[in-house]
Amino acid sequence: MSAVMTTPVGRLRALGRAELALLGRNRSAVVTALLVPLALPFSVRPAVDQMDLKGEGLSVGSVMLTAAIGFSLLFAVYSSLVSAFVARREELVLKRLRTGELGDAEILTGTGLPAVCVGFVQSVLLTVACVVLLDAGAPAMPQLVVLGLLFGLFLSAALAALTASVTKTAESAQVTALPVLFASMLGSGIIIPLQLLPDRVAAVCEFLPLSPAIRLISGGWNGDLSGYDALGAVLTALAWTVLGVFAVRRWFRWEPRR
Amino acid sequence: MDTNEHEHVIEVTDLRRVYGGGFEAVRGITFSVRRGEVFALLGTNGAGKTSTVELLEGLAPASGGRVRVLGHDPYSERAAVRPRTGVMLQEGGFPSELTVAETARMWAGCTSGARPEAEALALVGLARRADVRVKQLSGGERRRLDLALALLGEPEVLFLDEPTTGLDAEGRRDTWELVRALRDGGTTVLLTTHYLEEAEGLADRLAILSEGRIAVTGTPAEVTAGRPSRISFELPSGYFVGDLPPLGPLGVVGHEVAGRVVRLETRELQRAATGLLVWAEGAGIELRRLEVRSASLEEAFLGIAREQQGVTV
Repeated sequence: MSAVMTTPVGRLRALGRAELALLGRNRSAVVTALLVPLALPFSVRPAVDQMDLKGEGLSVGSVMLTAAIGFSLLFAVYSSLVSAFVARREELVLKRLRTGELGDAEILTGTGLPAVCVGFVQSVLLTVACVVLLDAGAPAMPQLVVLGLLFGLFLSAALAALTASVTKTAESAQVTALPVLFASMLGSGIIIPLQLLPDRVAAVCEFLPLSPAIRLISGGWNGDLSGYDALGAVLTALAWTVLGVFAVRRWFRWEPRR
Repeated sequence: MDTNEHEHVIEVTDLRRVYGGGFEAVRGITFSVRRGEVFALLGTNGAGKTSTVELLEGLAPASGGRVRVLGHDPYSERAAVRPRTGVMLQEGGFPSELTVAETARMWAGCTSGARPEAEALALVGLARRADVRVKQLSGGERRRLDLALALLGEPEVLFLDEPTTGLDAEGRRDTWELVRALRDGGTTVLLTTHYLEEAEGLADRLAILSEGRIAVTGTPAEVTAGRPSRISFELPSGYFVGDLPPLGPLGVVGHEVAGRVVRLETRELQRAATGLLVWAEGAGIELRRLEVRSASLEEAFLGIAREQQGVTV
């Protein structure tokens, strides 16, 4: 074998590039990925204005920033990836890829990469916008914000892979994605800061998959997270990461149900 | 590396595949393919061809038995096998919104030692369709794109699952030419088909699968050798089977009569045909619709299908 062997990076680049082209050609995915995260946080602005933020030491800017990043995770990454994974599976693309040199993890990473990058860029842009336009201020602990964002991006992609496994067609993805969307918007501190929920409800909601990521972003920005709380959030996020990897390896469906 | 590699590129021993629901699609098959050989798996729908090929491709683990491709387990030692094999699945596998060229570029980026994409597309006659989206290709063009990508890395072993299904006569002939050229270049090819002439014309050796088992295996000549040749004709009115010369001495081993049509089975075709024609000449009668046919793969295939029905009824 004198042939030049492929490398994981080269393979991911090739697959990611094709996926990016596909993402750009899917109009509904573009709208969901780009417009929803931009429009939604500002549509909840009036509600935010009604919240008793001062009492909890929160500002409109930082609450809006958390909401914006949360929406980006849910729409640019999570829902667009549920559709992408289902579509590739039903067109037998995933099966065909598995006959080649890509490993299973590479196939999932390559397929998810463009959406994750869109989510990342969008989060950065939304953050800048919130700082400039809404006086969100500067992050108190930027490292926690970055860590939270990375956890959020990874877990959104993993949740998408799992949701795709229980979704039969690309159309039904719009329904199967709802539970995670609603649970996260309401319970993970995206629309309503967890501090504003009743204590007992908040205590349960802290353990939803995206809650620790959002908590790290919000707390890292405001600086209202104690070392103990930050550690708790990181450990919870890590637990979800391990669980997510295990669940995807165990339950991800590579081929259509016959 | 396996020292037997030059002997057997693919080795399958007592292979089994049981699906989740308990259905046993592959029920203990054993065969091997030598380097540079074209090996065909034949069978009716549901005989277990694709279930078998998927195990060889390493898409699923075997439920029992053993598979070795180039000396490795294609499922658990995926990374060692994949760079040296090319696969064409039975259907689909490409995003419909990418163009042919984009699909080839993506696949080339994931294939060790890939030849230029344009060259691979030209090989299957798709060069002019490079900028067309996959969804706009005809069924036959999609098969050819699939074949082009399977050939991209100049693989040592090629798995083709029904490569010519959906192709027109010309496309089929082109594919056959391509497979022959690959074989001459030393590529080992395992293909499934339900076109008998495809297996007969391409395969060095073949196996006929029936209900998850190998019913018969060997070279096309070996597989057909065990089957009788056929003579069929129509007797003119006033003549009956009893008027024919004694069939035993002519080498006829079986006969059936349907109305005026007589079908004879023989393992000595020339003797049986000569005896029959000499008799007809002497009696001054014309045998209408006379057909004389050597044993073909079709005979073998239909014989196996009949035997299978006989068993299940």
